[in-house]
Amino acid sequence: MGNILMNKANKRGSIVNYIRKGPLHLIILVICALWFLPTFGLLVSSFRPPNLIMTTGWWKSFKTPFTFTLANYKNVLTAGNMARSFFNSLIIAIPSTVMPIMIAAFAAYAFSWMKFPGRDALFLVLIGLLVVPIQMTLIPVLRLFNRLHLTGTFLGIWLAHTAYGLPFAVYLLRNFIGELPGSLFESAFLDGANHFDIFFRLVLPTSMPAISSLATFQFLWVWNDLLVALIYLGGTPRVAPMTVTISNLVNSYGGGWELLTAAAFISMFLPIVLFFSLQRYFVRGILAGSIKG
Amino acid sequence: MYMRIVALMLAAIVGVPLVLVAYSYLVEKLISRIRPNIQKRLRPWFWIIPAFLLLLIFLIYPVVNTFILSFKNADSSKFVGIKNYIYVFTNHTMLIAMRNNLLWLIIFTSFTVTLGLLIAVLTDRVKYESVAKAFIFMPMAISFVAAGVIWKFMYEYRPKGTPQIGTLNAVLTGLIPGFKPKAWLFDPSINNFALIMVGIWMWTGFCMVILSAGLKGIPDSILEAARIDGAGEWRIFWRIIIPLMKSTITVVATTMVINVLKVFDIVYVMTNGNLNTEVIANRMYKEMFSFRNFGRASAIATILLIAITPVMLINIKRFGQKSG
Repeated sequence: MGNILMNKANKRGSIVNYIRKGPLHLIILVICALWFLPTFGLLVSSFRPPNLIMTTGWWKSFKTPFTFTLANYKNVLTAGNMARSFFNSLIIAIPSTVMPIMIAAFAAYAFSWMKFPGRDALFLVLIGLLVVPIQMTLIPVLRLFNRLHLTGTFLGIWLAHTAYGLPFAVYLLRNFIGELPGSLFESAFLDGANHFDIFFRLVLPTSMPAISSLATFQFLWVWNDLLVALIYLGGTPRVAPMTVTISNLVNSYGGGWELLTAAAFISMFLPIVLFFSLQRYFVRGILAGSIKG
Repeated sequence: MYMRIVALMLAAIVGVPLVLVAYSYLVEKLISRIRPNIQKRLRPWFWIIPAFLLLLIFLIYPVVNTFILSFKNADSSKFVGIKNYIYVFTNHTMLIAMRNNLLWLIIFTSFTVTLGLLIAVLTDRVKYESVAKAFIFMPMAISFVAAGVIWKFMYEYRPKGTPQIGTLNAVLTGLIPGFKPKAWLFDPSINNFALIMVGIWMWTGFCMVILSAGLKGIPDSILEAARIDGAGEWRIFWRIIIPLMKSTITVVATTMVINVLKVFDIVYVMTNGNLNTEVIANRMYKEMFSFRNFGRASAIATILLIAITPVMLINIKRFGQKSG
């Protein structure tokens, strides 16, 4: 009864409501503008000629005559190491996303649907590993890599990212796979399926929502990572991802804004596209993993 | 060169999953030949071994090893007792780093959580909620390095009288007559706040998303009942929303605290810890790479781990209760 009355009142007063809500809309608008402004400034600047970037503010570029150019992008992709780094980032990020998810799915399957001694204890160890700072592992792993000649190789950084991503991946997938109905498996076993079939035909396909969240998360994490790449790739330009190359550019050029803005935007392009197309999965991953540090 | 890149990409996209599928296929083939009761006991280990081997090599063993190294000298050739820890707690730069981490802890955590909650509550009342939230959330998708570039450009400084190209100085000189442009990243009285601001810009979206989900979890009937009883929005916020969201707020705040302890990229890219902006994680990197002092670097890392341990124990306890 109360609800019906209120709905009626809402409809009648919708214009009044709208005006009354004015301050609310204004506050939200201002906050959004503030949050967007820094990125927008970078984007606009990356299309301005160097001499203008250095002498006038980016907001002045909306006055005629418009002087926008693609030269900065051309320069940073050819002169700098940026094109190479873009591909390096991809070469690093794709396996570093696929590997932990598959390996974690194996483990999560065993954790949820097989019984073995020490299962719960092992899982608690895994929960503990969720928040271990990576700093705690850098020195021993680097020494190991040096001995095995894995420093500065893609294989080395794939393995490192895979291992660092595992605790979260196993945790998230176990929560999901553990919730799948047991009857699903029982009938398949009765039909003579083995664990390999069940895993690839049943578990993986039904876990796709969780896997998509995880993949978005892990891909962005690796793509945006600086520390792990700095340490294990040792600043070798041949294999450096974009984050490392750009941070070198920041330190050496200081003021070369035309290159920096273009480079930064190239590195942001893929994550932003991914983010807007897969936002749902990204958010779900964050919610599921809010235990992680 | 491009041939090699294409080959690597192919290896990465096709090869890696293939190896893993082949592994599980072979394991299942091999294991199916053993007697069924042994099969049942053996099988789980084959499924978790790839994960635990990696965790052992990359996380468990290194944590133990780093702890031991923290009691050794620079090249780990002999034990030096607690000398490294004495250094960590007495060295001038280390003390500044710890002070800054504390500054980060207080300002970053309170701002991200408060702003996140505020934005979650405000956007909950409008129809374009998801669009508005996407604006706040977007910085989460980009790297700290890119954010560093974005904000270095925001903070760009030109002497008074010349046209400002940095947005912040331009806005402030435009709005406040007689405002002296500031070198935000170089002035030791404000540069830490300038860096923390970047962190807030990046992480408020994260807090907002989780808090917003918590907010949606509050049944409408409770809020409606309070409204009918004549409670104002302000009162509802403090007396109903906040108490009901206490556990969500705690989780978010804890995550932010962990972030603060590990903060590295922003500082590394924007100031590299110069001019009193050092933080613990950047110091660890410098001790390791610039000074090659593995003993001290290990001691700093161990301090980080100890600071995070309470959170780790709470997580373990919480999960143990949930499953037990």
